[in-house]
Amino acid sequence: MEIQFVLNQKQVTAEAAADTVLLDVLRGLGCKSVKCGCETTNCGLCTVWIDGKSRLSCSVLAASVEGHEVTTLEGVEKEATEFGAFLAGEGAEQCGFCSPGFIMNVLAMFRELEDPGIDQIKEYLAGNLCRCTGYMGQLRAIQKYMQAKAEKNSGQPGEEAGAR
Amino acid sequence: MLTISNYVKAKTLEEAYELNQARSSRVMGGMMWMRLGNARVKTVIDLSGLGLDQIEESDNVIRIGAMCTLRQIEECEALREMYGDGIAESVRHIVGVQFRNQATVGGSIYGRFGFSDVLTAFLALDTFVELYDGGTIRLSEFVNRKPDKDILLSVIVRKSKRKFRYESIRQTKTDFPVIACSVVTGMVHGKETWYFSVGARPMKAALLEKQWEIPADASEDMIADYARQAASEFAYGTNMRGSAEYRRHLAEVLIRREMASILAEGK
Repeated sequence: MEIQFVLNQKQVTAEAAADTVLLDVLRGLGCKSVKCGCETTNCGLCTVWIDGKSRLSCSVLAASVEGHEVTTLEGVEKEATEFGAFLAGEGAEQCGFCSPGFIMNVLAMFRELEDPGIDQIKEYLAGNLCRCTGYMGQLRAIQKYMQAKAEKNSGQPGEEAGAR
Repeated sequence: MLTISNYVKAKTLEEAYELNQARSSRVMGGMMWMRLGNARVKTVIDLSGLGLDQIEESDNVIRIGAMCTLRQIEECEALREMYGDGIAESVRHIVGVQFRNQATVGGSIYGRFGFSDVLTAFLALDTFVELYDGGTIRLSEFVNRKPDKDILLSVIVRKSKRKFRYESIRQTKTDFPVIACSVVTGMVHGKETWYFSVGARPMKAALLEKQWEIPADASEDMIADYARQAASEFAYGTNMRGSAEYRRHLAEVLIRREMASILAEGK
């Protein structure tokens, strides 16, 4: 069947069988940031936004996004690069396989929660697994990124992105 | 492995119901659990275009559409105002935000899964389910019915002045619960009534009703006795997450804590 939806602000058309999942369609359309990790809805690697909400593309039938708006990491590249520098600065990635899904959910969190505390951050990101790190680097990166944003917004000089 | 031959986004409830009468048809919720199973589905029916994704509050009830997500009930102010943080507590440990943005209330309740936090939480409240063909019946009746080909339209919680607590134990964050317990109390027909719902035993949640008049200043020992009695009236099983005896012990502890918390509020 043919499906049409908005991908990263562009109208696209794709072919999909009734049981094709969105993850496969997105990768077929060139969005290689979307990765399959556990395929059991637990790891968060395949996180994309559907109509602005974080969802797991490994479990969304591609047919069901007809007429909807899908955003992948490629669609928020500038913001992702900016936050990615903080992750790198804190040594918060080793293999980096989980990073695209993690960054998508972090950016979703920034849109949903205003100035989240550490417990809120941990709870929001509970569905993103990382096998390499102990999450401390990621938490530091998030807090430093938030701090830098706040300083930028208030006009104060902030820490350079990614600086240790 | 799940295979699906046809996907249909139903235009009307009638169409969805008719399509669902075929043995090889399935109604899809969030697809979180169905996708992990082994089945050859001829037609999967998507209800997402039928307006079942709203939570409506009236003077007497809170009506939760079957396609509402777990995240919607987690953030629902009407449920929070009525029953405190209990409903949010029952879902916030379920995997992550992405999962809860997708998993539906209808899928959780209709599936009557043995691990369901959602079923355990709503069962202890004054809850009904609205079925397309079967009308509106109590959730406590629905939970014991055999699965059929009806369609769940909404979950209706009657607004009543009740105190609600929910707690669960997990071996690791985001895992299925080893045990999940709800305790609710309020005046029913002029008598103080306690409702206990225990799920993940690992059987599906069951409900216990007791007309106990417990003073707000009840001693810890007295509360422990009531909790022991309530916990002992459920059956427990053993699986890889815990033994029946361990689950019984956990249920007793959680029920005691929840009862104590409710009674402390009444002081």
